[in-house]
Amino acid sequence: MRPFVYEQPADVSTAVAIASRFTTNDDQPTRANAQFIAGGTNLADYMKLGVADPNRLLDLNKLKEQELRHIHVTNEGGIRFGALARMGEAADHAEVKRRYPVIADSLRLAASGQIRNMASLAGNVLQRTRCEYFRETSWACNKRVPGSGCAAMEGFNRQHAILGASDACIATYHGDFAQALIALDAVVHAEGSRGARKIVFAKLHRQPGDTPHIETDLAADEIITAIEVPAIPWARRSLYLKIRDRESYAFALASAAVALDLDGETVREARIALGGVATVPWRAGAAEQSLQGKKLDEASAEATAEAAFAQAQPRRHNAFKMELGKRTLVRALLETRDMKV
Amino acid sequence: MSQPSALLTNGLSRRKFMAGTVSAAAAAPLLASRAEGATPVAAEAKLRQPLVTSLRINNQAYELSLDTRTSLLDALRDHVGLTGTKKGCDHGQCGACTVLVDGKRVLSCLSFAVMNEGKDIATVEGIASTDGKLHPMQQAFIDHDAFQCGYCTPGQILSAIGCVNEGHAESESDIREYMSGNICRCAAYPNIVAAILQAREETRGA
Repeated sequence: MRPFVYEQPADVSTAVAIASRFTTNDDQPTRANAQFIAGGTNLADYMKLGVADPNRLLDLNKLKEQELRHIHVTNEGGIRFGALARMGEAADHAEVKRRYPVIADSLRLAASGQIRNMASLAGNVLQRTRCEYFRETSWACNKRVPGSGCAAMEGFNRQHAILGASDACIATYHGDFAQALIALDAVVHAEGSRGARKIVFAKLHRQPGDTPHIETDLAADEIITAIEVPAIPWARRSLYLKIRDRESYAFALASAAVALDLDGETVREARIALGGVATVPWRAGAAEQSLQGKKLDEASAEATAEAAFAQAQPRRHNAFKMELGKRTLVRALLETRDMKV
Repeated sequence: MSQPSALLTNGLSRRKFMAGTVSAAAAAPLLASRAEGATPVAAEAKLRQPLVTSLRINNQAYELSLDTRTSLLDALRDHVGLTGTKKGCDHGQCGACTVLVDGKRVLSCLSFAVMNEGKDIATVEGIASTDGKLHPMQQAFIDHDAFQCGYCTPGQILSAIGCVNEGHAESESDIREYMSGNICRCAAYPNIVAAILQAREETRGA
């Protein structure tokens, strides 16, 4: 591992100032010399593998702003997650479970008990892909080394993305929490040297296109301070269904975050996001619209799933995700419909 | 030197005392700036400069002079000499390195030791009573033969204690789900679940 200087900035503005001093506007956060660390479950792993090599780590755990650690119901009835709150705290939070089961499920079904105790919520949404060719530095990878090629394209790509991919990169975004957040129109609060701003969650991650090394909209000196989910009273009817190679402690092969506003059996509004199948957190907008105003039954759920995967592009080993993804969504829709709320 | 950087704050051997004195003296300016609180510790920090880190491990205070890259796991094993905590995958996939930090179970392989400054660490060496009576979870693992090779066992036991105290050992399926971060390649899982069920009540508040 590359040697690094370790610092514990005392507050957000100091952290931003230090990061600003050791990075430039052109630096990607994941490739900058100075990088932020909170739980470390993703970054420490990638530093050991030589995938990440910052020479300065700014530990955010001593930041004095207490709201960074809190999870609370907002005046409007939404929920505000402090960026440093841990996954386990959010998964067990009574109001999160009551108001947004899809969020609690997505966190409960992610990682392991130990990792959920360590990993911060902001770090969780920024977790990097588990693509084997990204993780092992001897392979060509456009995300790790821009322009070097993509070994996954013709390699063993069973776990890779069938939505949102490009000719440069087919690496899957593996997070679960992000699927719930994008489905619920969450907003990310960030603070950097150019001030504080809000980012619509759907704009936080970038599809790979020709520049897979650009993973998010964040600047290298920008810190996520909070994630806010708007009030959606009918989101009590929501869930996260995750299908894996083993029942626990594995990434999704396919998953679905679903929230439904129902009038009897008719769908007033549907929210759908898909995990394990796309390069970024994936909102299935066309599928949502195809369900609007319809009676939710097996046939309409299947038509919705067809719409969700209409643009999918399978590769050699991941074509099974087409069928698995559709069935996962159908089951998630029907189970959400049948929830007692 | 087997423990080049460890300084126990009491009960020192002469050799440890010497080694500790050297590292503590070299780090005096760092400690001073840390105590003041306002100044970022590494304002003048340089690459490869060891950082003095205070940890409380099994109710014993330690000051360790560490390369910033040292994981908490390596600090425990190689610098303090507590080899009960095991290195399995070293990448957060197996749970063998599980310890309790401020009472919460974490993976010591994915935690830089310097990030644990001032924290309370519990390892498998420190959970039995001072009179030698095993922790109820340790005893339960023996009673139920909850291991074969034993390599994952310290991590399993610490994780199990954490799991119970988190309130996630209410049912057998709960235990299986919330213990899934601890892999046992001998597949002693049914026995591990039985052990946790036995030790559950006694562990709460232990």
